[in-house]
Amino acid sequence: MVEEIGKTAEGDLIINVGPQHPATHGVLHLVITLNGETIKKVEPHLGYIHRSIEKMCESLTYRQFIYTTSRMDYLSAHINNHACALTVEKGLGVEIPARAQVIRVLMDELTRIASHELWWGAMAMDLGAFTPFFYAFRERETINDIMEETCGARLTMNYMVPGGVMIDLHPNFQTRVKNFLKLYKQKIHEYDEVVTGNIIFQNRMKGVGYLSKEAAISYGVTGPAARGSGVSCDVRKLYPYEIYNQLDFQEVLETEGDSFARYMVRLREMNESIKIIEQLIDNIPEGDFQAKTKAVLKLPKGEFYQRVETARGELGVYIVSEGGTTPYRIKFRSPGFSNLSCLDHITRGGKIGDLIASMGTLDLVIPDIDR
Amino acid sequence: MSNEDIKTIISELLPNASFEEGGEWLNIGIEAADWKDAAQKLRNCETFPFNFLFCLTCVDWKTHFTMVYHLRSTTTLDNIVVKVKLDREKPEILTVSDIWRGAELFEREVYDLFGVIFLEHPDLRRLLLTDDWVGYPLRKDYEDPINMIKL
Repeated sequence: MVEEIGKTAEGDLIINVGPQHPATHGVLHLVITLNGETIKKVEPHLGYIHRSIEKMCESLTYRQFIYTTSRMDYLSAHINNHACALTVEKGLGVEIPARAQVIRVLMDELTRIASHELWWGAMAMDLGAFTPFFYAFRERETINDIMEETCGARLTMNYMVPGGVMIDLHPNFQTRVKNFLKLYKQKIHEYDEVVTGNIIFQNRMKGVGYLSKEAAISYGVTGPAARGSGVSCDVRKLYPYEIYNQLDFQEVLETEGDSFARYMVRLREMNESIKIIEQLIDNIPEGDFQAKTKAVLKLPKGEFYQRVETARGELGVYIVSEGGTTPYRIKFRSPGFSNLSCLDHITRGGKIGDLIASMGTLDLVIPDIDR
Repeated sequence: MSNEDIKTIISELLPNASFEEGGEWLNIGIEAADWKDAAQKLRNCETFPFNFLFCLTCVDWKTHFTMVYHLRSTTTLDNIVVKVKLDREKPEILTVSDIWRGAELFEREVYDLFGVIFLEHPDLRRLLLTDDWVGYPLRKDYEDPINMIKL
């Protein structure tokens, strides 16, 4: 998992971390130059899970290509689908029914919580504690069960389609979400007791992996990683889509810029998502769950860009259309890709032991980076 | 700020630029030779410093390439799109990775998949594909009977 592969002229050690390494959560390969225990350079080697989704999409229709995006950032599959559906709708000029909008936002926020839960558990496991993983999965499973009931899948939901959502909510949806809210509120204090307040965790995370506000902007970092450095970048607030401008929630900002700040942003963001779900769960309007669209979708000639806030940051979908049934060119601006680019910057000069803490709080998902 | 206002200010800043409206954001066309200088000016613009490069990509139009840079100002939240036309036979452009650090990986990706050469790039290597890969997959004339699935 970690192996020595050579020495530089100055006698610095070059080691491989990954591609098979438990802390990289996938197949990320880092080549690290070390002087003793101090990191001199971190070089990511990508592509182990590159499937060329962008090329594939060029031969898929506007209804089909959405399914590939569930496989990018598989922890926020709903939000990826949402971004694609919104881009196609923007091109078609379709108004989607109020019920579909509320369902979409509800699903997005549930996904965000589930994704942050998994990150929290995995992050603690990276730092050497096993218990939090089970705590996190206890709540996360509840969300996955809710998803399974309505969408038929636990991870790659493919529930959002151009025009609305694929099928109506399961009759149990509201009850089960309310049960989840109850469970979450009973248990969330345990997260703070087990990890946040733990002095060992705090010592390992505070002051580690410092990212300044200027650097975050320059590197194009978005999402909780940037908000930990005080960069206001929540797409839901800055460029609201669906009904986010009518909802009452805060953009979570911390200013320290270290791993602990990024950790706190995600924990607090879960509470904001809970707040959004509470506002909507009893107010799902009646009506259609899908607007009427043609069987074969054709986007007018032009360019369409839509961004959404996934659990990891800003996902942009850029479609260039030539007027046909398939996109001429499609580009996914994935949050993980840009967040990874600052890894060298935040770990350089630090100790190798801190690498995992810095990397863990960036919350990288490798298929999202490789696409 | 409306696209019209942005256009007024940018046309003063970049007299050689061409504009295209009608889309969601203002499209600015810049010659490849002027790009580096223009990027510097856009980054340091006083009214809206476009300090956030949120998307960098390339489109193959069969006759030429178009580099597409999506820029945002984090202070005023305005967005612009900059397009630079490149010769398909000899696609070369100066890197902007020293202006927006995040461009470094984006440019490596475009080099990898389109074969655009970014001059003065600190580390221009293939990013996603293996080093011995032949060809540039996102070009429209790329053919690979084994790895490519067509529907």
